[in-house]
Amino acid sequence: MPNKFPLWKNLMILAVVVFAFIYAAPNLYPPDPALQLSGQSSAMQIDQAVLKKVEQALGEAQIEYFAGEADGETALIRLTDSDLQMRAKEVVQAEMGGEYIVALNLAPTTPQWLSDLGGSPMKLGLDLSGGVHFLLEVDLNAALTTRLEGDLQEVKSSLREEKIRYRSFELKGQQIIGRFRNEQQIEQATSLIRANFRDLQPQNKQGQNPLTLVLQLSDIATSQIEDNAIKQNLTSLRNRVNELGVSEPLVSRQGKNRIVVELPGVQDTAEAKRIIGKTANLEFRLEAEGRIGEVFEFRDGRSLDARLETSPVITGENVTDARASYDENGRPQVNITLDTKGGWQMGHSTRDNVGRKLGVLFIEYKTKLEKSLGSNGDMQITPVPFVEKHIISLATVQSQLGKSFRITGLDSQRESSELALLLRAGALAAPMYIVEERTIGPSLGADNIRLGVQSVTIGMAMVLLFMLVVYRGFGVLANVALTMNLLLLVGFMSLLGATLTLPGIAGIVLTVGMAVDANVLIFSRIREELAGGASVQGAISAGYDRAFVSIFDANITTLIVAVILFLIGSGPVQGFAVTLSIGILTSMFTSIVLTRGLVNAIVGGRKIDKLWI
Amino acid sequence: MSELKIYNFMGLRRIALVFSTVLLLVSAASLFGQGLVLGLDFSGGTQIEVGYEKPVDVAELRQHLKNEGFDDPVVVHFGSETDVLIRMQGQPDQGLADRLYSVLKISDEEIDLRRVDFVGPQIGEELRDKGGLGMLIALAVVMLYVAIRFQFKFSVGAVLALVHDVVITLGVFSITRLEFDLTVLAAVLAVVGYSLNDTIVVSDRIRENFRKIRKASPVEVINESLSQTLWRTINTSMTTMLVLLALFLFGGELIHNFAIALMIGVGIGTYSSIYVAATVMLAMNVDREDLIEPEEGELVDDLP
Repeated sequence: MPNKFPLWKNLMILAVVVFAFIYAAPNLYPPDPALQLSGQSSAMQIDQAVLKKVEQALGEAQIEYFAGEADGETALIRLTDSDLQMRAKEVVQAEMGGEYIVALNLAPTTPQWLSDLGGSPMKLGLDLSGGVHFLLEVDLNAALTTRLEGDLQEVKSSLREEKIRYRSFELKGQQIIGRFRNEQQIEQATSLIRANFRDLQPQNKQGQNPLTLVLQLSDIATSQIEDNAIKQNLTSLRNRVNELGVSEPLVSRQGKNRIVVELPGVQDTAEAKRIIGKTANLEFRLEAEGRIGEVFEFRDGRSLDARLETSPVITGENVTDARASYDENGRPQVNITLDTKGGWQMGHSTRDNVGRKLGVLFIEYKTKLEKSLGSNGDMQITPVPFVEKHIISLATVQSQLGKSFRITGLDSQRESSELALLLRAGALAAPMYIVEERTIGPSLGADNIRLGVQSVTIGMAMVLLFMLVVYRGFGVLANVALTMNLLLLVGFMSLLGATLTLPGIAGIVLTVGMAVDANVLIFSRIREELAGGASVQGAISAGYDRAFVSIFDANITTLIVAVILFLIGSGPVQGFAVTLSIGILTSMFTSIVLTRGLVNAIVGGRKIDKLWI
Repeated sequence: MSELKIYNFMGLRRIALVFSTVLLLVSAASLFGQGLVLGLDFSGGTQIEVGYEKPVDVAELRQHLKNEGFDDPVVVHFGSETDVLIRMQGQPDQGLADRLYSVLKISDEEIDLRRVDFVGPQIGEELRDKGGLGMLIALAVVMLYVAIRFQFKFSVGAVLALVHDVVITLGVFSITRLEFDLTVLAAVLAVVGYSLNDTIVVSDRIRENFRKIRKASPVEVINESLSQTLWRTINTSMTTMLVLLALFLFGGELIHNFAIALMIGVGIGTYSSIYVAATVMLAMNVDREDLIEPEEGELVDDLP
């Protein structure tokens, strides 16, 4: 038993070690507290001039900063002290006004060469960074009911058009129920509905009154409506959350009917809730003739102001969809779809007004911060709610409009997609309510990080000491493996973009404790082999070989449990499962392959009589 | 190095059986009788943690809240004299946390809002179901894996050892009225993983010895296997206990119960991997015959 590794194995070990060092390294560079400035609309230029204005405001308020950069779309100002972040945000917001979004951010300080290699620090979960977590449930039944109400009106009007008489038509739960006087009427109605309303399915149940028609949404239509409702709510929520000025917000679907919103760094939950639950709205108004009407500015400020009629033709509630696309000549346009009621009203109003202009008014409910002098002479900054109305589109009516129409004559694809987005953002497709809310204050987050680091350090130190005392020479090897394991674990988590949570840190601590198990097993085996009279080299080889089976089985089963934990858990607990799983895998490598490599390098191929184990 | 001492572990198995049975019965009685004190994650409700500048008298604060019209608020210190946790159970309602905070704010000194949790009743219920289901799936998958890799009798032993550990850990939480939240559930599942790890290492040695030692009774084989793995079992438990102690002492209030659950579980798991799994195997008359499957052989170590 020479106990020598071929060169490629040694190189592989070396490569993994280098990998661990490189990808764990970004965590050594703590990020700078920073402010991020961006524009409400993507057309706004955030350049050096804007940056200069911000820096001046900060200078006046005596808030220290040490670096500012602007790249045309956003500006990033690094502050010296995180305690000043909140105040700096208020100062900058008050100075720059509502068109700018000011967000608290953490600017990475990862050296260029590390980020070129794809290195970045671990993401911190909300329990470590502080922030708000909302779980919202979308009321899908309401979305279905809205759709059915629209369908009911349409069915009724098309029956009237076809002169098919009925006794009554009404919505009951999720069914449309129609009653007729005779068989002929019901047959005519059924065939009309089959032909024109594919999504509505006539139900035939036994014992059903033969003069009653029961209509239900088909399964495909139902899932489509539900899916669209969630998607539209997600879009609206994203737009709203962007307004909050959070650096890395998360808005994503969870399960069938829930949406998770995570806002790191946000402390004012009341404000967050107001914005999430707020309603931006749209109004379609004809351009005023003469002097009666209201004057509005354009949202992008590029065109002249326009005077619109005081009452809207339709509102955002009637808009079911808006998509950016291209017309026949390849020019950008926006296709708009209205619900039945909206389509009817639109048709009615535009019939006699071809040639006039139709404006779309975007109405936002916002808060601004106002500076004022308090009673004791110091400056106070108070939030004041206000409503903003801007024109986002003013186009000439070319012909009578109906349920679907388009807005053409847009300058760029960027303009069309932004208009479509604003049109869609108008209203939520279905009401939502908060089913879970967790707020973690910044002080608690910081405490959690401190406590986590402390317990990892102390736990690690105790295990290192224990191994050294019990296994002496080989204990040193196990300790090298353990330290490498921690580095690899951190490296992998950083590379995979896994989120670190407090239970995740507990998982790391637990991994540290359990990771030495494999080495304990191997070393115990080697001791046994030596006691059984094997040669030193033979004992090492046999010890590793025999222990492998146990280690493998034991770790696979633990991995199974960790995976199940990941599947059933949420947020923080998933963080625990992630660190535990990655820890199991990395510890198998370090304790089996790495230590063997070290043992081989030190004692392999030599004549040694006694092992210091 | 001296010859390995063989301890007669199995000689004590009747005492161990009585010991385990008593623990299990007491745990089960408490679990069925008074159940677990469910944390907010499972029960639903609202809680708010605030930090004051000076130590706070919780009784006074409780009275203040009652005067403000909050029904039966639970007010306790959390970690330190200046930290207070207020919980309103049974009436989950969204605006509650904001109203609570505004009332607390009236007190003249600065308070630091450390966290707010609101969990709707349906979420709590779902988590309860998911937690229980996860536990069952974990046990089933593990039983299957052990049955395939080892043998049916081993897998019964392993799973009974796991059930034993889980029930007793839960039992201790029920008896001591410690709060059972999501992190504790994670800890209990980690106990399943840990205890399994232990049991598998022992089972592995038993399997090996059954194949190697031809002239010995099952009791002797098991005793020898347990003695051989004893130091490994103790050393691993020691290192794990050390880090758990670090978590318990320095990890902060939020993972206090997590660390406690794991410490109980690791302790019980160490005992059960020696006594429960092996005793069950003996009770099922495990024998060499069960393991003679030449084609299964050894797993070839293709790693260095």
